[in-house]
Amino acid sequence: MSMPDAYLHYAERHYGMDHKRYDWSNLFERKPIAWPNGARIALSVLTHVQHFPLDMPAKPFKAPGALMMPYPDFRYYTNRDYGNRLGVYRILKVLREKGLQTSFAVNAIVADRYPAIVRAITEDGHEIVAHGLDMGKVHHSGLTVEDEQAIIAGSLDLLRQKSGQAVVGWLSPGRAQSFKTPDLLTAHGVNYCLDWANDDLPYYMHTEKGQIVSMPLAYEIDDRVAADEYFHSEPEWVQQIKDRFDVLYKEAEKYGGRVMSLPLHSWVSGMPYRIAYLCEILDYITSHQGVWTAPAHEIVTAYEAQA
Amino acid sequence: MAGKQPEMRSDLGLYDYLPWPNRPKITWPGNKKLAVWIAPNIEFYEYDPPDNPTRKPWARPNPDVLQYSHRDYGNRAGWQRMMAAMDAAGFRGSVSLNVALCEHHPEIIKACADRGWEFFSHGIYNTRYVYNLDIEQERAIIRDAFETVRNHTGQKLAGWLSPALSNNFWTMDILSEAGIQYTCDMFHDDQPMPVHVKSGQLISMPYSLEMNDVIVYNTQKVTPRHYGEIIKRQFDQLYKDADESGMVMCIPLHPYLVGQPHRIEAFAEAIAYISGHDGVWQTTGREIAQAYHASGAYDAMKAAIVAHHAEWGTN
Repeated sequence: MSMPDAYLHYAERHYGMDHKRYDWSNLFERKPIAWPNGARIALSVLTHVQHFPLDMPAKPFKAPGALMMPYPDFRYYTNRDYGNRLGVYRILKVLREKGLQTSFAVNAIVADRYPAIVRAITEDGHEIVAHGLDMGKVHHSGLTVEDEQAIIAGSLDLLRQKSGQAVVGWLSPGRAQSFKTPDLLTAHGVNYCLDWANDDLPYYMHTEKGQIVSMPLAYEIDDRVAADEYFHSEPEWVQQIKDRFDVLYKEAEKYGGRVMSLPLHSWVSGMPYRIAYLCEILDYITSHQGVWTAPAHEIVTAYEAQA
Repeated sequence: MAGKQPEMRSDLGLYDYLPWPNRPKITWPGNKKLAVWIAPNIEFYEYDPPDNPTRKPWARPNPDVLQYSHRDYGNRAGWQRMMAAMDAAGFRGSVSLNVALCEHHPEIIKACADRGWEFFSHGIYNTRYVYNLDIEQERAIIRDAFETVRNHTGQKLAGWLSPALSNNFWTMDILSEAGIQYTCDMFHDDQPMPVHVKSGQLISMPYSLEMNDVIVYNTQKVTPRHYGEIIKRQFDQLYKDADESGMVMCIPLHPYLVGQPHRIEAFAEAIAYISGHDGVWQTTGREIAQAYHASGAYDAMKAAIVAHHAEWGTN
């Protein structure tokens, strides 16, 4: 047996990345970033607000958090929907009490099904980030450009119309993209994207229609990942986030501002037994001097002003 | 032959059984008890790699931007934190290198080379496996690795960890034939051991699955602080065991994992703890292999294996 010769041919083996989406850059050798008022850390809290259709397709793969029992899956459909009925409001209340303005990544279909959520988010001064149409519509290279474009345009239209906000941020369901996704996003007025987990600062990606900012969103300290993939307890999750913050906070003194992202899910951190741990995290981080908590688009704007 | 099923064996057939008690004594340079080496896997995973019939590189269709970018974090950010922690504890690295990284990120190679770190080969990319290659194709990869590492660092490869731990039964023979001195692909011992090869004197170097951050974090789902505990417990026991005879402890790393801000401090503290012990030899894979041969341990182990077979009537 042997493999075709092409298997030992490496067309993209050259300096830098093996694609043209962005350039390589060393986080520790960049021009230092200065956040407003000399802040060391930009805290970007992002709460996922999601709809998992009962008949969600498994092809080509299910987004994380997907329903997993035989159809009809009463168990996980309703568990995820808890986040839309109570969880998101529990998180909103905490953020209101602490006076924090943040971002909410909302599946567009939620704006149609539960417009009250969108109003509650925007009335409290939070940002709406487009989170695709719903958790059953993952982006992948098997889609035609027209089909993917229709999902993106439809999602943005719905969220912009229902929220009254410009909606310039994007997070794909399951953080999955096709080869074309960033090109389609810039063509539809999106100027930053949260799918890529490779940095602790915003950076520019290239698209067919100009640049798009890749905004950090940590993967491993995401509340869903910690709970459902790592099976870590809430105190273990809190400890990791404190440890992460401490390192970034210390680095910022020497290397310039950093982004500390905190990805939450309304159906995870919005649970009664978990909410106190979220409070502990937010209190710990915001008790430090030089922490600027802001919606992601404001952090992107501050980055672009000095990039 | 097209369509022919590959041969299956019940045993790797690559090493002999030799019980721990009464082995020949290993003596490390400077009479140190425990050789500790750190092996950062500095890797490049491709954005749009070809499929191999035995293993798909990514779980999702290309491009799997979440997993790709998670790996890429190591080369943009994580490696710097990992290197700083190793510098602080006085450890040089033995880099398990996807050699194409020499072309993609020469800046990282230079930083390692400037510190006197060793480079050993971990294949061309971590998304190209040796499954289904014929022996000449696999030889071509080995030649490529030798040439690339020599051209970019001036070093002659001594060690090998197969890309994504993919192997064929002939792999050890052709590595040894090419001049590789140690393999990291087998986890059966805490001491270097001879490997059956057609030519040369290849040894298996203790590398460890269980200390490997990718297993610890991604498979065992361990918390960062507990990883620090695991490293210290492994060390404490091996350090005690090494009162009798030299042992080896390896910590295999991935900068995209251990170099995350929520993980680096627990790791840094654990390796600083290790370097605070007098009987530790902070070393590299190449140096351990050299000392193993130079001290006569290789020949003594070979003789002990022959004697063990004779005593028990095994072979």
